[in-house]
Amino acid sequence: MMASQKRAQYPVGWLPYALVAPQLAITIIFFFWPASQAMVQSLQVQDVFGAHVQFVGLLNFRELFADPYYLGSFWVTGEYAVLMAGSAMIISLVLAACCDYLIRGTRAYKMLLVWPYAVAPAVAAVLWAFIFSPGVGIFTFVLRQWFGYDWNYLLNGGQALTLVVIASAWKQISYNFLFFLSGMQAIPKSLIEAAAIDGSGPIRRFATIIFPLLAPTTFFLLVVNFIAAFFESFGVIDTTTQGGPVRATDMLVYKVFEDGFKGGDLGGSAAQSVVLMAIVIGLTVIQFRFIERRIQYA
Amino acid sequence: MIEHRPGFTIFCHAMLLLGVAALVFPLWITLVASTHTASEMRQVPIPLWPGTHMFANYYTVLTKGVEGASTAPMARMLFNSLVMALSISIGKIVISILSAFAIVYFRFPLRMFFFWMIFVTLMLPVQVRIFPTYKVVADLHMIDTYAGLTLPLIASATATFFFRQFFLTVPDELMEAARVDGAGPLRFFWDIVVPLSRTNMAALFVILFIYGWNQYLWPLLVTTQESMYTAVIGIKRMMPGGEQAVDWNLVMSAAMLAMLPPALVVILMQKWFVKGLIEQEK
Repeated sequence: MMASQKRAQYPVGWLPYALVAPQLAITIIFFFWPASQAMVQSLQVQDVFGAHVQFVGLLNFRELFADPYYLGSFWVTGEYAVLMAGSAMIISLVLAACCDYLIRGTRAYKMLLVWPYAVAPAVAAVLWAFIFSPGVGIFTFVLRQWFGYDWNYLLNGGQALTLVVIASAWKQISYNFLFFLSGMQAIPKSLIEAAAIDGSGPIRRFATIIFPLLAPTTFFLLVVNFIAAFFESFGVIDTTTQGGPVRATDMLVYKVFEDGFKGGDLGGSAAQSVVLMAIVIGLTVIQFRFIERRIQYA
Repeated sequence: MIEHRPGFTIFCHAMLLLGVAALVFPLWITLVASTHTASEMRQVPIPLWPGTHMFANYYTVLTKGVEGASTAPMARMLFNSLVMALSISIGKIVISILSAFAIVYFRFPLRMFFFWMIFVTLMLPVQVRIFPTYKVVADLHMIDTYAGLTLPLIASATATFFFRQFFLTVPDELMEAARVDGAGPLRFFWDIVVPLSRTNMAALFVILFIYGWNQYLWPLLVTTQESMYTAVIGIKRMMPGGEQAVDWNLVMSAAMLAMLPPALVVILMQKWFVKGLIEQEK
C-alpha cells in the first residue's frame, strides 16, 4: 500500500475536525442512520399504519427466500446482468481494439462513441422503447414487414428482457470502450512492434498480447458492469416494462421499490435492501482485493 | 498501425462505423420524431427524415408541457435538474476536498476512524437504503425541496478518495516551504492545494454533473409537486400508461432537451471527462 499520510503534518487543533465535519454530518444523517434503520426494520414486522411494530428475528429473510417471486427476481436479475455485461463488454472490446489499431480518425470515432455515457438510463430506455414500441416503433415495423416477426414487448417476457438489455448495454458500451481503449494504449508499443516483426498479424497479436495484458481492465469492468446491472436498471425498468409482463423483468432493485412503496411491506422491503447491501459489499470487496493485488505486482 | 494491411484497416473502419451507427441511430430517430406533428408520428412506418414542426414542439414542451399527461413546463424541470446537478457536483467537491485535506495533512485522534466511516459509504448506492433515507428526509421536512433532492446524494466517498489520492502525490516540500514562510494550514490550502487541484476538480465536476443530472429513483420519491420534477423524471410523466396514445413528438422533444446539457458537458469537457472517469477508479 502507498503511504496513507504525509511525512510532515500540521499539529492537532480544532481545525481538522471542522474540515471533516460537513462530510461526516451528511454521512451520518443520510447514510449511517438510514442504513442502520434498514437493518433494524428487516428484523421487524409492521402493520400498514405503522402503529404496531413487532420484532420477528430473521422471519422476513426466511419468508423472502421461500418466496418464489423473490427467487424468480434473483434469476431474472442474474440473467439480465450476464446478458447486459456480456454484450456491452464484447462489443466495446471489439470497438476499442479497432480504434487502437487505427491511427487516423480515431478522435472522431472516440467522440461519436463516448457521448451515450451522458444519457440518463431512464432516457436511454425511453428512446429504445420508442424504437421498439408495439404501435409505431421503427424496429417493430421492420421486424414485422421484413422478417414476419411479431414484436410486442408489453406481452412477451423474452422480448421485454431483450429491450431492457439493449437499452442498458447501449449506454454501458461508451463507458467500457473508454476503459478498454485507455488500457490498450497503456501497453508499450515496443511489445506490439516486436510481435509484428516476428510475423504475427493483428488478430494474433490481440489474442496473445493485448487481451492477456488487458486482464486487469477486463476484470474491473466486469465488476462495474455487474454493479451497474444490479442498480442502474431501476430507471430503465420503470420507464419501460415496470417489471412486466408477468414479472419477466422484475429486477431486485425494482422489487424493493415495488414491495415497499406500492405494496407497503416495509419489513420485507428492508430485508431485500439488506440482501442487496450484502451483494454490493461482496462485489466491492472482490474488487478491492483485486486492486490491492494489482498494486503489489504491477 | 505497424504494418500495411489495407484489408484489415478497412475492416476496422467498418466495425467502428457500424458501432457509431448503432449508437447514433436512436439519437437520429429521437431528433426526427421531435420535428413532426403528433399525427405524423402515429403513421406506420414513422417518418425517418426531419419534419417542419421542430420549433412548435420544443416551444410547447418548454412552456406548456404535454396535454393530458404531465402539464408541467419542461423549462422549469430543466432548471430543477440544473440546480440539482450543480448542487451535487459542487457540494461533493467542496465537502470532499475539505475532508481529504484534513485526512492527508493532519494527524489527529480518530483520523482513521473518520476515514473508514467515509470509506464505507463507497459500498452502498442510494438505491439500497432508499426507504429509510426517504423517511429521514420526510422527518426533516425536506420533501419537495432542493435540499432534500441533493443532500442525501452528496454523502459519498468517491470524491474524497479521488482528492486523497491526488494529495498523496503532491510533494511534501511544498507544505514544508509554505510552513517555513509562515503560512498556516488554511493559507496553504487556499493558495497552494486548491490551485493545484484545479484540473482534478474539473474532471470530477464532469462526472458528478452527469451523475446528478441523470438521477432517477431519488427525485421520483422526494418530489410530489410538478414544479419540483427534474427533466429525467418529467419525461416519464409525459407518457400516460394504459390505452392512451403517447404524443411521441413531444416526449422526444423533451428527451432531446434532457439529453442536451450532460451531452454538451461531456463533449466540451472531453479531456477532463476521460481523466476523471479513468482516474476516479484507480
